[in-house]
Amino acid sequence: MSATAIPASPSSAARGTTGSILTSDTAGAANLATAPFGHALVAAGERDPRIVGLTADLGKYTDMHVFSARFPERFVQVGMAEQNLIGIAAGLARTGHVPFATTYCVFATRRAYDFIAIGAALGRANVKIVAGLPGLTTGYGGTHQGIEDLALMRAVPGLTVIDPCDATEMAQATDAAARHDGPVYLRLLRGQVPVVFDPATHRFEIGKARLLREGSDVAIVSTGLMTARALDAAATLAREGVRVAVLHMPTIKPFDRDALLELATRVPRLVTAENHVVTGGLASAVADALADEGLAVRLQRIGIPDCFCDSGSLPFLVKRYRMDADSIAAAARAVMQPRAPRIPTQ
Amino acid sequence: MSVPAVSIANAANAANSARLARLQAKARTLRLHVLRMAERVGQGYVGQGLGIADLLAVIYFDAMRYDPQRLDWPERDRFVLSIGHYSIALYAALAEAGVFPLDEMDSYGADGSRLEMSGSEITPGFEMTGGSLGHGLGQAVGMAIGHRLAGRASRTFLLMSDGELQEGSTWEAAMAGAHYHLDTLIAFIDCNNQQADGPPASVMGIEPVHDKWAAFGWHVQRIDGNDIGAIVAAVAIAQASSGRPHAIVLDTLMGKGVPLFEKREKNHFIRVAPEEWAQARLQAAGHDPAR
Repeated sequence: MSATAIPASPSSAARGTTGSILTSDTAGAANLATAPFGHALVAAGERDPRIVGLTADLGKYTDMHVFSARFPERFVQVGMAEQNLIGIAAGLARTGHVPFATTYCVFATRRAYDFIAIGAALGRANVKIVAGLPGLTTGYGGTHQGIEDLALMRAVPGLTVIDPCDATEMAQATDAAARHDGPVYLRLLRGQVPVVFDPATHRFEIGKARLLREGSDVAIVSTGLMTARALDAAATLAREGVRVAVLHMPTIKPFDRDALLELATRVPRLVTAENHVVTGGLASAVADALADEGLAVRLQRIGIPDCFCDSGSLPFLVKRYRMDADSIAAAARAVMQPRAPRIPTQ
Repeated sequence: MSVPAVSIANAANAANSARLARLQAKARTLRLHVLRMAERVGQGYVGQGLGIADLLAVIYFDAMRYDPQRLDWPERDRFVLSIGHYSIALYAALAEAGVFPLDEMDSYGADGSRLEMSGSEITPGFEMTGGSLGHGLGQAVGMAIGHRLAGRASRTFLLMSDGELQEGSTWEAAMAGAHYHLDTLIAFIDCNNQQADGPPASVMGIEPVHDKWAAFGWHVQRIDGNDIGAIVAAVAIAQASSGRPHAIVLDTLMGKGVPLFEKREKNHFIRVAPEEWAQARLQAAGHDPAR
């Protein structure tokens, strides 16, 4: 996808405004759940006394307040110090605890990268980093939008990287992270979170993709909240007679290569969709696997182009950076077209 | 029948003298281990290893509660080495304590060895991977909180360097240590006045070190880090003082115990000519810090 052709701003009459940093993007959601991470962490904490909660001055903003209210003696406020957040978490892990440390994606990954790589991952310390405001889930602009965290975390050896889709998966991934022995980076959906998957039937498992929808014309491979939009796009395309498969890949690392290759062999027309820059995240993981296998597959990548995003209202930003269901559907139609002849360059 | 007070005092002095003599002998042994390892690779962090041998003699053979045969004993005190390039000194202490065979020291810095030039958790007895400076204190704070949460009285000893005081993360952790009143945490700061690009005063001034830690809410002592009696006393004073974490600032001499290296122009990474090792060993074996 080209990074240059970003639509111009709409007319002033149609302009939205940047929302409160506390509000979530719940547009179009029929069902919502409140603080699924916080409640899942409490449930895990009831079961496992080793679980400790930490935050860097963002307890209320990462749903950690649910845990700290229930287990005040097992909560460590670190203040605005993300390097120390991960350092203390690593020290807790080395004394037998299971620390869950929360902040925003941007602060965890940009500011504390060395501490995640060396303090947590190199020694396989049992540290869980739960990071809010992934991709375009805030209108606050480049300082707060975690657009390249998956690329950074995916490059760290031994780190498990998870991008859940909805409230159901957020809760299940929290439980899975608590049971997993090893460092985990988990993207956080906080506050009022849409329910896409039925908790009674959906099963999240670290390292496993889920084929949510079968189809033979085109396949959408998606992660995180983009899977909800992928399902919407698939429904739209189905009404046009297009048979669309949707493969949900909530674990970016370890990557479920087998599930991807099985699908890509049957349906060699793929669209990837991620709430992240198209560099280094899901699209790159997919391209790595296809290249390693030598598969000739057409691929369109939906995600944030190679730029920092503006601030503004989320519906505006989601459209502006072509992160909506319509854009996924358009990419699916494009990938089914015969390949245009390559124009020779001078 | 009462024992005269003067006899008790004499007995206590004699016991203390024996204790210090034993630790001084240990420090000499650690210095010889450091030279043994460094000679194999012909270079290395000899200056740091010799300079900190007195501290490690006190930590591993007097102050710390641990079991070299049971490294995962949950109740153990922890020694956290933030400065990975000082690992040569920790290898010496761990080998001497029986954590791994003395002969394994001969693999120091060799390909495939567990004894890397910059130490990491692959070596038994290493509680964390230091070397990316500014990590140790934060993890030590986490360990001290972890012991408290688990209801254990275990103490956390940390060794960091003067140059490391330039890392911002050190001060994030210093703030947290005081905020949580971690009085089971004892941080040693090795001030050998030498970092990679020169003395800290010329690279980025760190003084007044004592006042900085005091201002951050720590109980601070500053001592001669090559005086075993002073180290033993400082640890005792720290343990008798509650409510605050402890910083013990050590003024040390790089190359201590080997006059050949003590007098050498100070370098972060000492180069040694092949014929100098034998002389260095002789000096280390005969060195007596009390003299």
